[in-house]
Amino acid sequence: MALLEVNNLSTHIAISSGSVQAVDGVSFHLEAGETLGLVGESGCGKSMTGLSLMRLLPPGGQLVGGSSVKLSGRELVDLPESEMRKIRGNEIAMVFQDPMSSLDPTKTIGYQVSEPVMLHRGASKAEALDRAAEVLGLVGLPKPKERLGDYPHQLSGGLRQRVMIAMALACEPKVLIADEPTTALDVTIQAQILTLLNDLKDRLGMAMILVTHDMGVVAGHADRINVMYAGRIVESTKTDELFSDMRHPYTQGLLASIPRLAQDNTQKLFTVPGLPPDLSNPPTGCRFAARCSYAQDDCRTEDPGLKGPKEHTFACFHPVDGPLDLTSSTTVADRSAPAAKEKRPLLEVTDLVKEFPVGGNLFGRNKAVVHAVSGVSLSLGYGETFGLVGESGCGKTTLGRMIVGLEKPNAGQVTLDGAQVGSLRGKALRRHRRDLQMMFQDPHASLDPRMRVGSILREPLQIQGIGTAQEQLSLVTDLLGEVGLPKSALERFPHEFSGGQRQRIGLARALTLHPKVIVADEPVSALDVSIRAQVLNLMKRLQASHDLSYVVISHDLAVVKYLADRIGVMYLGKMVEVGSGEDIYQRAAHPYTAGLLEAIPVPEPELEREKRGGGIKGELPSPVAPPSGCRFRTRCPLAQERCAEEEPAMRLFGDGHVAACHFPLQTPVSDTPVTVATPAGEAV
Amino acid sequence: MSETNTPAVSTETETETARGVEDVSVTIESPAGPEPAVPAVSDAGELQSTTSAWKLTLREFLKNKMAVAGVAILVFFVLFCWLGPVFYHSNQNTTDLLNTDGAPGAGHPLGTDSNGFDIIGRIMIGGQTSLWIGFAAAVIATVIGTLWGAVAGLLGGLIDATLMRIVDILLSLPFLLVVLIISQRYGANTWGLIIILGVFSWLVPARLIRGEVLSLKVRDFVSAARVMGGTNTRLIFRHLIPNAMGTVIVNITFQIADAILALAALGYLNFGVRYPNTDWGSQLGDAQSNLSNGYWWEVFPVGVSLVLVVMAFNFIGDGLRDAVDVRLRKR
Repeated sequence: MALLEVNNLSTHIAISSGSVQAVDGVSFHLEAGETLGLVGESGCGKSMTGLSLMRLLPPGGQLVGGSSVKLSGRELVDLPESEMRKIRGNEIAMVFQDPMSSLDPTKTIGYQVSEPVMLHRGASKAEALDRAAEVLGLVGLPKPKERLGDYPHQLSGGLRQRVMIAMALACEPKVLIADEPTTALDVTIQAQILTLLNDLKDRLGMAMILVTHDMGVVAGHADRINVMYAGRIVESTKTDELFSDMRHPYTQGLLASIPRLAQDNTQKLFTVPGLPPDLSNPPTGCRFAARCSYAQDDCRTEDPGLKGPKEHTFACFHPVDGPLDLTSSTTVADRSAPAAKEKRPLLEVTDLVKEFPVGGNLFGRNKAVVHAVSGVSLSLGYGETFGLVGESGCGKTTLGRMIVGLEKPNAGQVTLDGAQVGSLRGKALRRHRRDLQMMFQDPHASLDPRMRVGSILREPLQIQGIGTAQEQLSLVTDLLGEVGLPKSALERFPHEFSGGQRQRIGLARALTLHPKVIVADEPVSALDVSIRAQVLNLMKRLQASHDLSYVVISHDLAVVKYLADRIGVMYLGKMVEVGSGEDIYQRAAHPYTAGLLEAIPVPEPELEREKRGGGIKGELPSPVAPPSGCRFRTRCPLAQERCAEEEPAMRLFGDGHVAACHFPLQTPVSDTPVTVATPAGEAV
Repeated sequence: MSETNTPAVSTETETETARGVEDVSVTIESPAGPEPAVPAVSDAGELQSTTSAWKLTLREFLKNKMAVAGVAILVFFVLFCWLGPVFYHSNQNTTDLLNTDGAPGAGHPLGTDSNGFDIIGRIMIGGQTSLWIGFAAAVIATVIGTLWGAVAGLLGGLIDATLMRIVDILLSLPFLLVVLIISQRYGANTWGLIIILGVFSWLVPARLIRGEVLSLKVRDFVSAARVMGGTNTRLIFRHLIPNAMGTVIVNITFQIADAILALAALGYLNFGVRYPNTDWGSQLGDAQSNLSNGYWWEVFPVGVSLVLVVMAFNFIGDGLRDAVDVRLRKR
């Protein structure tokens, strides 16, 4: 008998205009010691499935009759609430996504971890605290006994997530539900937490449900995977089989649309067209049919249901056979040799410095400064794309905001087309802004909710006083067409669009002034995988048709590598390595770049399993007091005394490939320091 | 149908995506009804269908029974005070010394006051003054407060500190005392009172709006407007104030209630509008000495009116605040 047996689980959530069928007839089983991956895009019901198992439903939510959840043969669905409370946190525990909001900021971590022990085991306070120290040690919190009295705000994000895991494990649950446990964390920390969860699962012999949107995360850490779409499981099988021999077209499309590091970036990304259905009024038949290229008439009228042999079930009438062959996919509109047109750089950033004061007193004298960006230089050629990667807090967003003039640098210069942006004031600056536009990360925050799309798109033209109302309107209509939206969108408000559509509107707005450079700050990180590929393709296509140069900022190396001609890797306010995509991916010279590559989860099970336990150790040091010498030395496996004393200079490792390291992984071409990272072709 | 309306996609390589988006456009349109064949720009029907944010607010507001009751009470008093005199004639110009302090009876359903004026008619014209002064003062206070708060919040730094210290200092002055002194010197007509009350009650809205602007100004759409070259004036009027409108409107309702009460206090202390004009506060003030004589009709009807109107505004404000919150949450 399976440890956890879920049958026909359905959760409906009542809303004012009806009810949303968030989870619809989900059945699966979980054996002891097994990790089950639950993957799907946002809104597919994966988190709601996890919450339904615990019967922790949102207001208006209820389990529909016929649902059954059996834990070691005991039915949980009709247990009285008081009995259910004894199960929660004791036999089934949960780790939530956001370690910032899921710990109580007013209680010590010792208290929070010992609380479930006191509740479920009836332990005394002292016993419970002993147990808390033990579990905190288990999850890798250094010196756990001394830190019991710490409050959550004294810990970093990674440590908080470890505390969350300790809370969940305190009573040795049989089943651990990890709901996007690493989504809010940086990749290097993500790798540490995933490895930890896996080790703990093996040591404690519990079963784990890993809920995530990231195919790379499940690839290395799940034994079996359930793929969910629109509230239903569409495919369920062993991890290896899912990646090598999937049968459902959705699984196939999802995997094909993820940009890979090894991918040829002149190729167009595969996309799944359209959007997931509205679950308050789901379509009859197969819910994926509207977006499926294999769909036929029976798909639209009849529900296929999960079928197939027990070890590999899928819900499809016309199953596919393994992954899509991507080698024959079309190339992006011709964009040959981007730097060839002009030799001199379009945008030059020289020794940019930005420091934010923290904790200043009444008289403006500040105790400390955050060193957000400390002397970064880069240059961008005509029609080129420069990618900036790094973990959160490395200063990449601040750098982008300084380039477009949203932040004033404390030192250094931004030069566009020969003109120094920093010296411009008033009208000249406003005029200049036409050439530098920005695309923002959060599609919900970047469009004014009170304005119609037409006004939003015309605003840049109005501000700059370009054209009559008629001309503005026709330009805006053309642009909407170019980003693939119908003209009727002009009269609508932003909230009527999905995230991907809003991001298209954001791109159209950035294009209205015919800028030379667009700084795109995490342009796709808020989007689902299938939508992400659509926007990435669009960005590439518009670059060719509008002669654009991009500065793309992202934490996702695969996205940056797909878009960029050259990539700069930042760490704690410093540029540590610059090179072409291939330089970075295949010939990384800086240990941080190599560690970052190691930590990124890739959707390939064999590769992922091999690298368990690797990656960068430790956490990002505080930018208020960055380490002396090389800033990466505190986490670097190769660091020696010299790294603490002397800041490494940029050295040349090949054509346009520079890195700042005393003990690089490649041999430098010459030992003379290079001052500015120049565009490809100029350095040699 | 969406075929005809979708603009030709200029680059053929994007067929896949374009097809996807067409599908999408159909799904969005379904609640809005069929799309017209004429360009959407000039189409009023489309405009209607896109106001759902406010519709949602309205629907949420109508669910709140207390708020709806508040609206009903308010509508009743507005009609009573302005349309009432048309149907209910009473002499409010000359005193009738033979009929002072008359008990309710024929000809005077709620009796007469110490000057012999009919009480019902008196409440009507007193209500006109009280409601009008309350409303106008609240609008003035909210306009000043909104601008003050938006400027302080957006510009920050030294300007913010200076502007908000001024607010702190003014808030520490005893409001009623200052208003009494000034109204003694300049006040005592309708416009004088409106300006005095308005100019002295914008402090709380200024703080509210500043807080709102502080959270709005770091949003990306404000950054986007800056990148386009938008001036601070544009940011304030096109982006910040429209987005803070929910707070502003909720604030106005509470502000009206406060202004009516402040005016009542002034009137009661005999600093209200001058005879033969009147407001509810002055009526209460005039009548209070007669309460011990048992002339209840001079106190309770006007007192109840005052309480009902202020309560109505508070109910409406509460309802609006919840409704606006709901809309924000769903967005």
